[in-house]
Amino acid sequence: MKYKAITAIAALLALPMSAQAGPDDDKLVINGEIEMVTKTAAPAHLQDAMDEVMSGWHFRSDETQAMEADDFDNPGMVFVEKALGAWETAEGSEGKSCADCHGAVEDMAGVKATYPKWNEEAGGVRTLQMQMNACRTERMGAEAWKYDAGAAIEMEAMLSSVSRGMPVNVAIDGPAQATWEKGKELYYTRTGQLDLSCASCHEENYGNMIRADHLSQGQINGFPTYRLKNAKLNGVHSRFKGCIRDTRAETYSPGSDEFVALELYVTSRGNGLSVEGPSVRN
Amino acid sequence: MKLTSLTLAVAMFGGAAVAAEVGPREVQFNEDGGVEASLSGMPGDPAKGAVVMATKSMGNCVACHAVTALSDTPFHGEVGPELDGAGDRWDEAALRGLLVNPKMMFEGTVMPAFYVIDGFTRPGDAYTGKAAQGDLDPLLSAQDIEDVVAFLMTLK
Ligand code: HEC
Ligand code: HEC
Repeated sequence: MKYKAITAIAALLALPMSAQAGPDDDKLVINGEIEMVTKTAAPAHLQDAMDEVMSGWHFRSDETQAMEADDFDNPGMVFVEKALGAWETAEGSEGKSCADCHGAVEDMAGVKATYPKWNEEAGGVRTLQMQMNACRTERMGAEAWKYDAGAAIEMEAMLSSVSRGMPVNVAIDGPAQATWEKGKELYYTRTGQLDLSCASCHEENYGNMIRADHLSQGQINGFPTYRLKNAKLNGVHSRFKGCIRDTRAETYSPGSDEFVALELYVTSRGNGLSVEGPSVRN
Repeated sequence: MKLTSLTLAVAMFGGAAVAAEVGPREVQFNEDGGVEASLSGMPGDPAKGAVVMATKSMGNCVACHAVTALSDTPFHGEVGPELDGAGDRWDEAALRGLLVNPKMMFEGTVMPAFYVIDGFTRPGDAYTGKAAQGDLDPLLSAQDIEDVVAFLMTLK
């Protein structure tokens, strides 16, 4: 005799030892002016799985949440400042800076919201970091930055910061669709000796505590995130790597085709949420 | 960890006890997904089982389950049902089966199989993120599982 998985049992029983339950209903306004959409109707492609999508911000403590509401309190903004300098600094054999081609950083508002996206010339989907590196190697004659590290993650945070409040809106059809499908398959594939998929934790169990961690939907609208745990900016692929490692699996590497596909798919699960990076998480 | 308990078993009971151990590939399930026979051929120790359940590097059961009897250990999860009364709801064979491979009873469950070493996708070398080399060790040893079953039977 087999029973169907009955996660609902957990909801019916009283749980005296759990610290929190479910996401909260707080509102996020940054610097008293940018009103953030942190909960919204799930995009059409996700509606079989859930009705509402929510930023990871709702699952953090009030103290952590407050740090994100003001740029002076957000430790991630220090790195944004650093990247502002890099934006205007010429590098490489062509003697060009990002600003020489793109102008003011404010002119980049909206860019982060559409990445990862299909690039016709490259014949593939590019993440924002891949696009930055394409500019560096092809237009500036500079070296590619290491994925999810130092200067790359700082520049990504800076580009995200000027898009804050705009809705995430990545395209999942047309030429990007095959990559999106691959990412979706990865999302639902159970890996490792613990045999868990992203969905096991972030779709079936968001809102539940797993030991001392309050499980969120694993959304990436807030990336890069400044994590109090390691006191630095964290990239999407590094987070994926950590979560897969925690299933006792062999992970993929930051920048790999698998993680690019997974990033496109997971980003699309948050279509409609505000771009929020650099966010603050624990 | 597995080595020590094995060495201990040899020291205490001699080679015969080890020979009676049922390996992860030899477990026989009954039609309800339960396992009748002791995996180690020895009785379980409920006190040790409580330690296995509460210890992060061992069963880490409290990551997903709240258990009032283990409330000395902080932070119990809520991914799985509360285990108070598990010894009333289930018999020993069912609990053993649930620990060996809960998918035999709960199709599609997120609860890990603690005594299975085959059939995983991209199995890693513990929590290193690197590929596993050779056969996996089960998450818990045969005796660990007997100890946990003995502890769960006290939850009435
Ligand atoms: C990753 C989460 C997770 C971990 C770790 C886990 N379990 Fe479970 N367990 C579950 C879920 C979920 C269920 C409910 C079955 C279902 O509906 O999928 C369950 C069901 C059970 C049940 C039957 C529940 C009842 O009372 O009816 C027992 C007993 C049990 N688990 C014991 C354990 C023990 C002992 C351990 C550790 C050695 C453990 N579990 C580790 C998630 C987990
Ligand atoms: C064993 C459970 C588990 C699995 C499986 C898992 N995660 Fe996570 N994940 C967590 C925990 C715990 C956290 C920290 C709390 C939170 O933000 O949800 C987390 C955090 C995240 C975050 C950060 C969210 C934020 O707001 O900062 C992302 C993104 C994420 N996970 C994506 C994934 C993806 C993609 C997969 C699959 C490749 C995955 N996770 C698999 C447990 C898991």
